[in-house]
Amino acid sequence: MRTVTVVGASLAGLYAARALRGQGFDGRLVVVGAEPHRPYDRPPLSKDFLTGKADEEQLALCDEEESAELDAEWLLGMPAQGLDPQGRAVLLADGRTLTTDGVVIATGAGPRMLPGPAYAGVHVLRTLGNARALRTELANGPRQIVVIGGGFIGAETASSCAALGHDVTVIEAAPLPLVPQLGADMAAFCAGLHQRGGVRLICGTGVAALHAGRTVTGSGGSAHDRAVTGVELTDGRLLAADLVIVGIGAHPQTRWLSGSSLALDAIDGGVICDDGCVTALPQVVAVGDVAKVGGIRAEHWTSATEQPAVAVRNLLAGRTTETLRTVPYFWSDQYGARIQFAGHRQDGDTVEIAEGSLAEGSFLARYERAGHTVAVLAVDRPRPFLRARRALRDPATDHPELSDPRSIRGPSGVHPRPSGHACDS
Amino acid sequence: MIPVCRLQDLPEGASVRIDTTPPIAVFHADGELFAVDDTCTHQDASLSDGWLEGASVECPLHAASFDLRTGMPLCLPARRALRTHQVTVDDGMVVVRVAADVCQVAEEGSAA
Ligand SMILES: Cc1cc2nc3c(=O)[nH]c(=O)nc-3n(C[C@H](O)[C@H](O)[C@H](O)COP(=O)(O)OP(=O)(O)OC[C@H]3O[C@@H](n4cnc5c(N)ncnc54)[C@H](O)[C@@H]3O)c2cc1C
Ligand code: FES
Repeated sequence: MRTVTVVGASLAGLYAARALRGQGFDGRLVVVGAEPHRPYDRPPLSKDFLTGKADEEQLALCDEEESAELDAEWLLGMPAQGLDPQGRAVLLADGRTLTTDGVVIATGAGPRMLPGPAYAGVHVLRTLGNARALRTELANGPRQIVVIGGGFIGAETASSCAALGHDVTVIEAAPLPLVPQLGADMAAFCAGLHQRGGVRLICGTGVAALHAGRTVTGSGGSAHDRAVTGVELTDGRLLAADLVIVGIGAHPQTRWLSGSSLALDAIDGGVICDDGCVTALPQVVAVGDVAKVGGIRAEHWTSATEQPAVAVRNLLAGRTTETLRTVPYFWSDQYGARIQFAGHRQDGDTVEIAEGSLAEGSFLARYERAGHTVAVLAVDRPRPFLRARRALRDPATDHPELSDPRSIRGPSGVHPRPSGHACDS
Repeated sequence: MIPVCRLQDLPEGASVRIDTTPPIAVFHADGELFAVDDTCTHQDASLSDGWLEGASVECPLHAASFDLRTGMPLCLPARRALRTHQVTVDDGMVVVRVAADVCQVAEEGSAA
């Protein structure tokens, strides 16, 4: 393989570039990215970046030194527009064609939009550009904010907005948010976090329409010049809002693949791969949010960092020699709580609190099926979670006596505090 | 010098976090005591909650791993080293001597 083209210059694309060099690929490496930025980290966008605790430099995923070491050609601000049916040529937005021996598809997911006109004051949160725009608006004094969608990004964004002192309401179409991810019991706990953060949660009603007022700038009459003033719900209620954040999920970014021979999943639109991230074309692999790997499409940071090493090994081998053996994992920070989840949950699994309690707001829950733990959820219980997660991955470690990182601040133990912070000088 | 706890309360495989600014984690791992900054250099996670493997600790949030002897990151996503601190046992008591640069920062901070 003389040339490999990575399409998508974000988390999964960067990890693929690293894996290529790490696994000895010394040919031409081209990374094509639609955004003008070097790879940056998205999770902080709804968390510390939005609240101003983290700045842009802290989002960078690689530094100058590493970039130089990767010895890649970065074509940034340059969306790919096509992949030929053989997977040997990537068409770029400026009309150029890159001939290539291997392709890594890492184009991620893009936010779902509300139908209707695009009014000023309506935001989505997926890119640094989105986050900058939202952060600027949040700095302009107290706002009345409606967040549409109570999923993880919606909840984190609501939490950050509330922490900045804004008035926040979250609208969720389902009877409860996060039920597909966590099941009803644990979803109910998470729904309660909104209240703890002083945020109203309205469930079981959709959005009928956005209302907008007169032109913002006075010039012209396009929708962009009209600012949002409220959200009309399907139950007839009208919520006043001068800022609306739409967090209703994301879909794989695959439009550029429409002329290719690759199959997309009929339900979620992910690029179909085997469980080694290889598509129907052996020299084309897919990783990260865009990839449906062995029937599963995750939108998790950790999946986007774990899949590339396997995908690249198979790409360089020309066939699937390795498959993914990881357990899906994600975390979410909202309202001061850290939620961590690992495993595969299905409807019908039973859930049991293994440590702590819902009442104290800190617990480890196990999801079980046919007597086996299939998934674990923790809220502010990182230590037992880590052990439970490792046990899911490798059942042999599920013995407390094996490398158990015991704590002397156990549930009943004391948390020793130093008697002084003075420097011994 | 910061007295942490009695050695017998920090058995092999155990860790403790001390609420200094920044917080410090003390580990009893691989037959030795180690003290390093508790907050992962990647993002916001407490390494005293991490997973010990020999003389290294894996972060509980995104699995970066650090060499406890040197503080150096052993794998991504961490790219910066942790500060290491001196730890000794004095008459059965585990004692941490905070690295000078941290102290300086603290002193400058309090003098300002
Ligand atoms: C606000 C926010 C908070 C999150 N928080 C968490 C969290 O707490 N925990 C967690 O586990 N996960 C979280 N995630 C999810 C995590 O960030 C994603 O799983 C991860 O970014 C996926 O990486 P990726 O590289 O596959 O896709 P992306 O990061 O989406 O990157 C895809 C890149 O490809 C580019 N691209 C798209 N089309 C083209 C094209 N045609 N040509 C060239 N380039 C193209 C895009 O512009 C983008 O830069 C969060 C995501 C967001 C948006
Ligand atoms: S916070 Fe430690 S690895 Fe990310």
